[in-house]
Amino acid sequence: MNFWETFYKNKLALTGSGIVLLLFLLSLFAPWIAPYDPGQIDLKNVLASPSLSHLFGTDQLGRDVLSRMVWGARISLKVGFAATGVAILIGTLLGAAAGYYGGWTDSAIMRFVDIMLCFPTFFLILAVIAFLEPSIWNIMIIIGLTGWMGVTRLVRADFISLRERDFVQAARSIGAGDLRIIFLHILPNAMASILVAATLGIAGAILTESALSFLGIGVQPPTPSWGNILTAGKDNIDIAWWLSLYPGLAILITVVGYNLLGEGIRDSLDPRLKK
Amino acid sequence: MLKYALKRILFMIPLLLGITVICFFVMRLAPGSPVDLETQMNPKSSLEMKERLKTLYELDKPIHQQYWSWLKKLGHGDLGISFASDHRPVTAKILERLPITILLEFLSLLIIVAIAIPIGVLSAVHQDSLFDKITGIVVFIGFAVPTFWLALLMMIFFGIHLGWLPISGLRSLNYEYMTPWAQFVDLARHLVLPVFISAFGGLAGLSRYMRANMLEVIRQDYIMTARAKGLSERDVIYKHALRNALLPAITILGLSIPGLIGGSVIFETIFAIPGMGQLFYMAVMARDYPTVMGILLIGAILTLVGNLIADVSYAVADPRIRIS
Repeated sequence: MNFWETFYKNKLALTGSGIVLLLFLLSLFAPWIAPYDPGQIDLKNVLASPSLSHLFGTDQLGRDVLSRMVWGARISLKVGFAATGVAILIGTLLGAAAGYYGGWTDSAIMRFVDIMLCFPTFFLILAVIAFLEPSIWNIMIIIGLTGWMGVTRLVRADFISLRERDFVQAARSIGAGDLRIIFLHILPNAMASILVAATLGIAGAILTESALSFLGIGVQPPTPSWGNILTAGKDNIDIAWWLSLYPGLAILITVVGYNLLGEGIRDSLDPRLKK
Repeated sequence: MLKYALKRILFMIPLLLGITVICFFVMRLAPGSPVDLETQMNPKSSLEMKERLKTLYELDKPIHQQYWSWLKKLGHGDLGISFASDHRPVTAKILERLPITILLEFLSLLIIVAIAIPIGVLSAVHQDSLFDKITGIVVFIGFAVPTFWLALLMMIFFGIHLGWLPISGLRSLNYEYMTPWAQFVDLARHLVLPVFISAFGGLAGLSRYMRANMLEVIRQDYIMTARAKGLSERDVIYKHALRNALLPAITILGLSIPGLIGGSVIFETIFAIPGMGQLFYMAVMARDYPTVMGILLIGAILTLVGNLIADVSYAVADPRIRIS
């Protein structure tokens, strides 16, 4: 069976793609979907509980929570993709170099990976943020810079198993250079596992971003993000449960969506891995 | 055994050096020198602070000398003086908060082991049963739940709605006037939510791993042999299979340590627990660089030590590891 046939039959994977697609549409059409302007302050309507006019209630400045969440979807999508992009780029380059060249290149890169893995990731991210300004751009880059180690290991393993294959030997024998072999011959064969890692990585990056924004060192207000709506939820924990409930639910559903999609892709690419 | 442990410890030295190099260079990630950064971005900074930064990191010297003298100070346990208004040594500030964090992490590890292993084993033994399917879904969702959100929900439900548990700090206000037993109960009540939240992140991972591991062991030849000898299913599963499936879980526990330590920032901040994670958060917010660097380093060293303990206990439990 080919990829699409298997994927199409996997109900969970389809659910995952549905969720992800929905999030894309939500971010793309945020200005039209959001019932209110996410930044519109309404001091007469502060911390209003969910009602027909404000489905998810309002926050401490009277802003519509649903509208802020719709715009927040855009932020989480941006951060998720950019951070994962950075991580995949670094991880793929280092993993390819380590797996292809072997020897001391491999040892040096893998020792570096070991050292990076000693740091509790969240500590490393926070320490770097202490030296830089917390902004959406810095957050994207920092999450990426601290999340490439798994990808490196994965790509390295793929390269090691592929580099002695016949098609690589054939390419070498007709005089292909190292770079050509790495990027045109081996890398396409490693794309499957990179794609899976990327999909699962987006989920992880969205979780990290929301935690950082929740702590007030991620996406800065007034830009709405799911994490910083939850900060308002904590500040008003005894009076406004809706500020805590809905944004977290959005994060949960998003992460479930990407995880389902990632596992679905993995199962369809390699049915043997199916549990 | 001793030889194995010594070998592992020797392996740690280059990693430890690498950790110090990365810590040192995190500071250099900032554009320009840390002194300029200090004055541009921190309105509270003063000339005096600038001078202290300069002497602390010896910024007027070449970079390898800066690193070397920083390393020498580290060797003496000197992490510098905090920029916070208390002007205390960073080492002392961390040491007084470390036991709380370690206690919390230790309790969380116990909870993870006590809950995740039975779940993983039972769902493997009863593969495809209703129990297996339900725990499978719960575990999958567990991977996706933002723990800080779960903490908020539990604070709302157990703390505010039901009023069963305190939601902030480690002690009640009248702690001083309690009997020792009441003090213990008070502390335990304060610990329930933070420990559960801290353990939650590790639960899904370990139970899923235990299930996969157990499934693999059950398919081994020696299990078939045990069944063929006529041993009861109970003996086969809980004596032969379980022991072999448990061993690699030790490594996974070791690997979950950095996540637990990293998570301490989040739950100690939410629950206002005066541990190392909360100190780290406050130091980051106040741009108290010596404290930030100190905790980053201690966090990495704790991870390294945790992994060492996991590796060595794995070797104690499984002779095959020591020999190869």
